[in-house]
Amino acid sequence: MKCTRCRDSAELKLRAHNAAFCRTCFFEFFERRVLRAIERGRMIEAGERVLVAVSGGKDSLALWDVLARHGYATVGFHLALGIGEYSARSREACQRFASERGLQLEVTDLRAQDIAVPDLAWAARRPACAACGTAKRHFFDQAALDHGCAVLATGHNLDDEAARLLGNLMHWQTDHLARQRPVLPPPHPRFVRKVKPLFLTSELETASWAFMRGYDYVVEECPNAVGATQLTYKAALDKIEAASPGSKLFFVRDFVERGAAFFEKSAADRSAGVCTSCGQPSFGEICGFCSLRAQLERRRAARGETRRADG
Amino acid sequence: MKVRITPQGREIEVTGVRTVHGLLAHLGVLEGTVLVIRGEALLTTDSQLADDQTIEIRSVVSGG
Repeated sequence: MKCTRCRDSAELKLRAHNAAFCRTCFFEFFERRVLRAIERGRMIEAGERVLVAVSGGKDSLALWDVLARHGYATVGFHLALGIGEYSARSREACQRFASERGLQLEVTDLRAQDIAVPDLAWAARRPACAACGTAKRHFFDQAALDHGCAVLATGHNLDDEAARLLGNLMHWQTDHLARQRPVLPPPHPRFVRKVKPLFLTSELETASWAFMRGYDYVVEECPNAVGATQLTYKAALDKIEAASPGSKLFFVRDFVERGAAFFEKSAADRSAGVCTSCGQPSFGEICGFCSLRAQLERRRAARGETRRADG
Repeated sequence: MKVRITPQGREIEVTGVRTVHGLLAHLGVLEGTVLVIRGEALLTTDSQLADDQTIEIRSVVSGG
């Protein structure tokens, strides 16, 4: 197979784009698409510092790399979730990546604060992924403020967004659909803008980029993701994509450009106050994270024990 | 050929498959959901394979 651009030998075929690429031309294609998404979405203004949430996986590391290579002022932020060996490997991958490239990385360790994700999930009797999401939102927002960043960038890719969109549609989550955007303006002065520069970049593309650029990223999945609904949606979308290449791209891009507007009225008209416990913006007296932490403390006290995550 | 499947860490022996397309069909894996790696290079579906080679099939799917 030949590179569509230079006719050299191709390493990668992207059926969604009806194109094949050699390594050099793919690098150019990949970076241009990410930078164009940032530019068109006005995701990052000149001079703004960007907090990049990095997990140690291919997507967030690719995003951080592209931003740093193109002169954006970035701070990497890793939230160590306290999920056994998986979290240890994830943290190491981020630290190695930052160190090799001379990038600033900040780490917050939940286990060191006695609030590891397995403990939070146990306390709330909720799936680990729900507790994890609540903790991430809290600490990402806090870290962005702590490090003087105007923007929080996450590595959500096209496949993530397509699966989320399908899930929101399957359950007619109209308020979620109203907020499913690649750029979310801050609803409160203590929140920052949230952006997803990879929202039109597929997992195949980020994985290929990460491999070609020699990242030592965490390939394994979080052990809590086994059986997650999002993976079921992804598998269904993969079958559609195989039969009709480009479907995911049309699904997400056209939703953002044309579909999302239909759900704007569904956005809950709520103005955020301030959490009386942590001072972060909150739609209740205390925020979701502080409520979760309080549940953990209550349950520990009731049992007269201090449950801690393994690992 | 030796086929290593990651991140599951499984290793299997496959013989008589001549292309990446054939290998993915043999394994029941959808094109576009994995990287097919030989040494330091990615392979496209029409790449030729031989029984004395080692191939890695690496999932690109993440999330939960």
